[in-house]
Amino acid sequence: MDLQIFLLLGQDGITNGAIYALLALALVLVFAVTRVIFIPQGEFVAYGALTLASLQAGKVPGTVWLLLALGITVAVLDGVKLLREGRYAKLPPLLIFNVGVPLIAAAGLFALPPTQLPLAAQVAVSMLLVVPLGPMIYRVAYQPLAGASVLVLLIVSVAVHVALIGLGLLFFGAEGSRTPPFTDLSFELAEAPLQGQTILVVVASALLIIGLYFFFERTIYGKALRATAMNRTGARLMGIPPVLAGKLCFTLAAAIGAFSGILIAPITTIYYDSGFLIGLKGFVGAIIGGLASYPVAALGAILVGLLESYSSFYASAFKEVIVFTLIIPVLLWRSLTSHHVEEEEE
Amino acid sequence: MVKKLTLAVLAAISTMALGDINVGVSLSATGPAASLGIPEKNTIALLPTTIGGQKVNYIVLDDATDPTAATKNIKKLISENKVDVMIGSTTTPNSLAMMDVAVDNETPLISMAGSAIVVEPMDGKRQWVFKTAQNDAHMATALVQHMTDRNIQSVAFIGFADAYGEGWYKEFAKIAEARKLKIVGSERFQRNDTSVTGQILKIMAAKPDAILIGGAGTPAALPQKALKEKGYKGLIYQTHGVANNDFLRVGGKDVEGAFLPVGPMVVAAQLANDNPVKKSALEYVTKYEAAHGKGSVSSFGGHAWDAGVLLQNAIPQALKKAQPGTREFRKALRDALEGSKNLAGAHGIFNMTPNDHQGFDQRARVMVTIENNTWKLLK
Repeated sequence: MDLQIFLLLGQDGITNGAIYALLALALVLVFAVTRVIFIPQGEFVAYGALTLASLQAGKVPGTVWLLLALGITVAVLDGVKLLREGRYAKLPPLLIFNVGVPLIAAAGLFALPPTQLPLAAQVAVSMLLVVPLGPMIYRVAYQPLAGASVLVLLIVSVAVHVALIGLGLLFFGAEGSRTPPFTDLSFELAEAPLQGQTILVVVASALLIIGLYFFFERTIYGKALRATAMNRTGARLMGIPPVLAGKLCFTLAAAIGAFSGILIAPITTIYYDSGFLIGLKGFVGAIIGGLASYPVAALGAILVGLLESYSSFYASAFKEVIVFTLIIPVLLWRSLTSHHVEEEEE
Repeated sequence: MVKKLTLAVLAAISTMALGDINVGVSLSATGPAASLGIPEKNTIALLPTTIGGQKVNYIVLDDATDPTAATKNIKKLISENKVDVMIGSTTTPNSLAMMDVAVDNETPLISMAGSAIVVEPMDGKRQWVFKTAQNDAHMATALVQHMTDRNIQSVAFIGFADAYGEGWYKEFAKIAEARKLKIVGSERFQRNDTSVTGQILKIMAAKPDAILIGGAGTPAALPQKALKEKGYKGLIYQTHGVANNDFLRVGGKDVEGAFLPVGPMVVAAQLANDNPVKKSALEYVTKYEAAHGKGSVSSFGGHAWDAGVLLQNAIPQALKKAQPGTREFRKALRDALEGSKNLAGAHGIFNMTPNDHQGFDQRARVMVTIENNTWKLLK
């Protein structure tokens, strides 16, 4: 292996690792705040990428219908409760968010053909279509069980994952899609070609991570999320509603997922079921961080990306085996070095 | 009393259904092979509903590309729907799983899978199994022939890390070795991989004259895109698994110039007028595109169509010997299928023998290249 191959592989590993890092952060966030192991995280990647691809192909993405259906379900569930309690003032915002916005989005898509929009607008529309799915899924699937054990929440996650994969096949078909690159720039670095798109992925991921840091350190909502993650009961006593925290972190997770999907769609072909494996590799990163530490999870995810890249060179048939076997020594090391705290039974 | 009544009702139902021919279909309309299974499912809907004056019911189940589900489907179709013949499944592992159940119940099975092991070696079990898709060996021979004609000395292989990739590598390596073609690299990738940079760099370091990509559908575009991006200048070969329009859509300009062997159906309109497959292939293409829009046809649906072609030939013969729904009818149907001679399907001419339950010859494949984002027949 010469230097050029070494650099190319490293570049490839860091690009993939940056995406895994974003997903690892989202997984850690969701787990810390709600104790949900969010298996469907990867589906947001696929939904984001494929929604953008269908917009560019001039089709109305199926995500619109899912958004409408989920929005109406949420509106009915919460609306009935509000009516019973007589809190009529809260009804208009509930309806606007869950029914009005999806309806406007659907009408907009039919009124003006999305292929004529500039790329940035297409990206924005895709994000608008996918991100609200996060809090809606939280409301429908997780909120009624918010106090259940980690195992029950995990089982719910598996169910949500299977449902989203099936819907993905229905919406986007079995074949994959790619989107045109955001930039055609390319550079030479130590005689190794470097695509502009690759740099874009790494830079965008880094910016997003920095943005998240400031969100958690400087804003009241970020601080509320951190407080909930540290001590749920304590945060509740301080006036932070657990439902708000749950919805907020699912919104963030969905946004991170959809954004990652849009970032990698020009580099690789995305299928309706691609997200699962990408999410799983992010999960390996999150495990390295013990599902608690953000910086370690991000570094772990980069490590996964690099390991994947170099093992695809040396032993391509065993690539996945090598990547996922990494979990075993990590778990061993973690169980030897950290104190195991039994989860409180409620 | 109740028992008697139930029996009477059951008897009435079974005599009612006796006249109809029941065709059980299990295919992979979801899961990893969905891009193959969906056109097959669409094609089943186009098959004739009366054959030889008898009504034909098609009962279609999805096996989600899972051999366990395929077994469950065929058991259900045989015990509950009393099917006379089974079509399925899309993939080789699923077809093998269904074979045992079909044999135990003496029901003919027509598979649409690619690998020759579905019908070879011919033994007691495989007597009941027929196959409409070209064997991989058929396709690999055409491919190697094209390579040696172009004076290629060394070739590298990159394929799926599953039964498809392994099957192709084995067939290809066997034939290549016999023709003195040197294989200088063999790499694997996953259908869902987001990057194949490592494998591509390793293959390119071996400097092969040509590279064969052993993948099916749109995932096979990824290695070719990576090769173009890294500046590979040699010839690139694909397998017949990529012959659908989604591959062209995803591959774009990067897959221009690739060579691949396909069933003649893919380029039906470009075939010479005296080609015996042209008429039957065009018939299918026209029917499918009338129902699903222009350019929607893919080679996989053709295998389901050919299963229908075999049945339309065999069922009238079997009807002369026995009533549908009986063991004798299934036996007669098997014999009639084995006797298919000079039968033109969408993909080639069937000539079944007791030892060959596939029945295609070299007329069932042509070499094509990709030019201006469409398939072009090589003369």
